[in-house]
Amino acid sequence: MAGDSYTITQTMDPATLWAGRQPLLSQLDVELTERCNNNCLHCYINRPADDRAARERELSTGQLQAILDEAAALGCLTVRFTGGEPLLRDDFEPLYLHARRLGLKVILFTNATLITPHLADLLARVPPLELISITVYGMKRASYEAVTRTPGTFEAFWRGTHLLLERGVPFEVKGALLPPNKGEMDEFKAWAATLPGMHRPPGYVLSLDLRTRRDSEEKNRRIRALRLSPAEVLAVLTRRRDEYLEEMRGFCARFTRPPGDRLFSCGAGRESGCVDAYGRFQLCMQCRHPDTVYDLTFPPSPPDFGGRRGARGDEGGKSLHDALTNFFPQARELRATNPDYLARCARCFLKGLCDQCPAKSWQEHGTLDTPVEYLCQVAHAEARYLGLLAEGENAWEVEDWRERIRRFAGERVSGAES
Amino acid sequence: MTTNVTLDGVYVPSEKIVARTVMDEVLIVPLVSGMGESDEGLYTFNEAGQAIWEQLDGQRNLKDVAAELAAEYHAPAGEIEADVLGLVGELVGRGMLAEVG
Repeated sequence: MAGDSYTITQTMDPATLWAGRQPLLSQLDVELTERCNNNCLHCYINRPADDRAARERELSTGQLQAILDEAAALGCLTVRFTGGEPLLRDDFEPLYLHARRLGLKVILFTNATLITPHLADLLARVPPLELISITVYGMKRASYEAVTRTPGTFEAFWRGTHLLLERGVPFEVKGALLPPNKGEMDEFKAWAATLPGMHRPPGYVLSLDLRTRRDSEEKNRRIRALRLSPAEVLAVLTRRRDEYLEEMRGFCARFTRPPGDRLFSCGAGRESGCVDAYGRFQLCMQCRHPDTVYDLTFPPSPPDFGGRRGARGDEGGKSLHDALTNFFPQARELRATNPDYLARCARCFLKGLCDQCPAKSWQEHGTLDTPVEYLCQVAHAEARYLGLLAEGENAWEVEDWRERIRRFAGERVSGAES
Repeated sequence: MTTNVTLDGVYVPSEKIVARTVMDEVLIVPLVSGMGESDEGLYTFNEAGQAIWEQLDGQRNLKDVAAELAAEYHAPAGEIEADVLGLVGELVGRGMLAEVG
C-alpha cells in the first residue's frame, strides 16, 4: 500500500476524474431570478428589480436548497448561479454557502454592482473554486450607463470589482458589444489584461438573443436593431486573424457537418441542465419551448406517500433524476418537421459554425425548427471568409463539403476522424 | 510539513473541507481558502489513501484503523501503520483532518 503521496490534486473535470465515465449530472445552471437592477438595452431575460409578481413566483430558499441537495447526490460538481442578477436575491448568501457545503463549485454570473464588502469577504474566505464571471457594459460611465440605463451602476460595478481585487478573489470579465461601447474594445482588453483571473482576452456576446420569454415584440425590435451586421461580426472575430484561423481549422475539422433532422446535436441536457427561476428544468439556459421543459415544482396537493408527503424524487414527485433519465433523453430525440428547416439547416454543413439551434429558433419564431435568417447570414459570411463558400453559394446546396473542409483544415480532419 | 501524528490519535475530517463520494471515488473539496496549491483544485486519493480515508470515522484511533486494514489486506501491521501515519500526516498538514479531543 505504500506510496510517496496518498492524495492527488485534480481539477474538477469529469473527463479526468473518472476516466471518461460521467455522473448523471456534472453541471447545473440555476437562474435564481429573472429580475435585475440594470435595465440593459439588449437583455434577453431581465425583469425589473422590484417586479413583485416575478419575485413571488420565484423558488423559495428551501426549494432551491432541495434542488442543490439532489444535484450533489447525482454527482454534480459545479453549479452556476445566474439570472437576472442573482445577487438581487436576499438569500444569495445562504444558497451560496449551502452549495459550497455540499462540495459544489460555484460559478457566479453577475454584473458586480451588488457586491458588498461583506459578500467580498465571504467569497475570499469561502472561495467559489471557479472564476466569478462579470459582464462589463462599458469602460466609461457614459457608455456603461447608456447600456444599463440605470444611473449609478458604473460606479457600483467599479466598486464591486475593486472589492474583489482587494481581497484577491479571482474573476473574469466578458463584454456585450453594443453601439455605446463599440469604440472601447482596446481599452477593455487592456484593462482585462491587468486582472489576475484573465489569462486570455475577454470574450464578447456577439449575436444578441431575442427575449427568451417571448414577452415583448418592442424589446425584440430594439435588440434586432442593436445587432452587429454579419460583416461587423466577422471584423470582431478576425481581430486576431492568425489565432482565429487556427482555431477555426480545428473547430471545422471536428464539428462542421450537416446535422440531419435531429434537433439537438449539442450537449444540452446531457449531464447538465438549467433550472429557471420558477422551478422549470430546461435542457439549456436558453431553450424554453414547452416541449423541452420539465416542471420541477412540487404538486400543489402532494399525495401522501406513507406519510412522506411530496418528498422530492418520490413516486409522483418531480426530480432532476427523472428529468435527466427520462424526459431529457426523449427531448433530445426530437426531430425537425419544418420543410424549410429540412431543406436548409438539416442539409447545411455549416452547422457548428452557425448558432442555429432549437433555443434560437424558439426565441425568434416560437418553434424548435425554423431557420434564423440572421444566424444564417453570419455563418455564411464567416464561411466565405474561411474560403468554404464562394460568393452567392448556399451552404446547404454544397455537395463537396467534405473536400472543402479537408482543404481548409488539412491534417486536422484526419485527426478528428480517427 | 511537520505534524505530530501518532497511532494513539483519533482523527476526523476537518470543517475546512467537504468530503464527497462520487462514482465510488472520494473527492476532497476545499471549503475555505488556502487549503492547497490552488483554490480551484480538489483532491482525490490513490487506492491506499482511499482505503485508509474510509476508515477514519472519528471513533477509533489510528492503531485500530491500521489493525483492521492489515487484517483486510493480509499485510504486515507495521507496513500498514506506516501508510496510515503517512496519509494522516499529509492530510493534517494540509488542514484536511483534525485530531479529536
